[in-house]
Amino acid sequence: MALTNEIIQQQLTEKFGEQVYNFESPFGLLTFQSSKEMNLKVLQFLYENENLQFTFLTDLCAVHYPDNKGQELAVVYLLHNLRENIRVRYKIFTDIQQPDIFTATKLFEAANWMERETYDFFGVNFIGHPNLKRVLNADEMDYFPLRKEYPLEDQTRIDKDDAMFGRGGSIF
Amino acid sequence: MLETKEMQPHHVKLPDGSIEKLTTTLNLGPTHPATHGVFQNIVELDGERIVSAEQTVGYIHRAFEKLAERRPLYQITPITDRLNYCSSPLNNMGWHMTCEKLLGVKTPKRVDYLRIIIMELARISDHLICNSIVGVDSGAYTGFLYVMQYRELIYEIYEEVCGSRLTTNIGRIGGFERNFSDTAFQKLEKFLREYPKVLKEFENLFTRNRIFMDRLKNTGGISAERALNYGFTGPNLRAAGVDYDVRVHSPYSSYEDFEFTVPVGSTGDNYDRFLVRNGEMWQSLSLIEQAYRKVQEFKGAEADVYHADAPAYYLPEKKDVYTKMEQLIWHFKIIMGETEIPKGEVYHSVEGANGELGFYLISDGGRTPYRLHFRRPSFIYYQAYSELTKGSMLSDAIITMSSLNLIAGELDA
Repeated sequence: MALTNEIIQQQLTEKFGEQVYNFESPFGLLTFQSSKEMNLKVLQFLYENENLQFTFLTDLCAVHYPDNKGQELAVVYLLHNLRENIRVRYKIFTDIQQPDIFTATKLFEAANWMERETYDFFGVNFIGHPNLKRVLNADEMDYFPLRKEYPLEDQTRIDKDDAMFGRGGSIF
Repeated sequence: MLETKEMQPHHVKLPDGSIEKLTTTLNLGPTHPATHGVFQNIVELDGERIVSAEQTVGYIHRAFEKLAERRPLYQITPITDRLNYCSSPLNNMGWHMTCEKLLGVKTPKRVDYLRIIIMELARISDHLICNSIVGVDSGAYTGFLYVMQYRELIYEIYEEVCGSRLTTNIGRIGGFERNFSDTAFQKLEKFLREYPKVLKEFENLFTRNRIFMDRLKNTGGISAERALNYGFTGPNLRAAGVDYDVRVHSPYSSYEDFEFTVPVGSTGDNYDRFLVRNGEMWQSLSLIEQAYRKVQEFKGAEADVYHADAPAYYLPEKKDVYTKMEQLIWHFKIIMGETEIPKGEVYHSVEGANGELGFYLISDGGRTPYRLHFRRPSFIYYQAYSELTKGSMLSDAIITMSSLNLIAGELDA
């Protein structure tokens, strides 16, 4: 029997009940959430359950929502069941003051650099990661550049006047 | 700012009885004639054998994801050029299709087929470079020079369609910027006529060449399980025996109308990667031929269709901009980036030359993406490099690097 979004949702709700929520399917891609403490349990269930078999980690990234107080950072996993050819998107939200999340490197080797990249740009602290250090940015950087509080252009520059182009000041 | 940390060599103690007591640390890169691109490898060597390797990337990181948050959709296309710059059109098309998915723009069949021609040409030019560079790194320069003139021909076709060669910025959201000229089709015909012979001769030079086989076989191999766990996609995964191809699994741009096979290997070593890429070039040729035939079947008004009807995103014709109010407004709005993008989250992937090239686009209803993430296949499979090269000779590691087809632009984004 082909795996469908409904079956995945049903399996997840059977296993985790109220702990997985916000199911939706934008553009046909099943998306859901859980609390951040649950992430490894959910990922492992998706990986190991013989009906689900989400053993391929396609993508992992973070999104910063500064207005979402207490839940500023979203970490998004995109998983793929290659046999049934179906994907799911799984999100967890975390407080930006304490962005601690369990690492998925035990399940997926691929998560290693993806998590390093996420740490590099958003400062998400992946607990248990074997080598959590910056991957693309310079080691001596002391901020996380993809967070929304960092405007695109260097605001300390005085050698050009961006006001004429509607770009002066912060983006907020 | 924090203090810059000194890079400390981490020598490994060798077993008693070894000639040397400790391993030698060798810095391969960031720029090195044998690494085709800017990335560094710190390798620990016991004689010529690699004990461990640590990769450093990010030397040409350009913060594309941040840049994209301040640009209207059409201005992001030139950014995608600079991901895998050996096959820019594939990135461009992937990006256009992501936008079209979010905006709900449906492209006409002729556009799909023209796109397939361009995308498969890009795949050929990419694989051509990769495979001939594998030849260069194993000491056979001839093949590289020989096929280069056909990459040139592919670039001339791009030039005819979009005006540029390497960083193409080809196509627009909804279609192409202009119809293909007769010259473009003539060049395409020339390519279809002459390239099979060249590819055959290229294969004659390499595929059963004893020296070449000995250098490539059983080096840099990976099992299917490990490759999947490492997130391999594209030719590198297929060389390990997994027939995952985005064109087949989630067809886009009407790939479902075409007949082609997905070449797979078994051992996932350098030789299999070489064979898979060569096989894919033949499939791409066949796809281009099929697409060209389908394009020729369009008659009358249909034969001139080269874009979708999407006035809010596709620039109107210049002569109409000068004479018609409506068109002038659209032109202005598009150029100034004043069109609101519908709210939504979309992930779209295409089969890039290196594997699944994905675009994760989040829009909050503003004029620029709220967040854009590129799934870059090179970045994901390069982490396996230390596992692939552990225990192998240094010279094999160089070939492994080129046969993985690492593109610095795609690694670093």
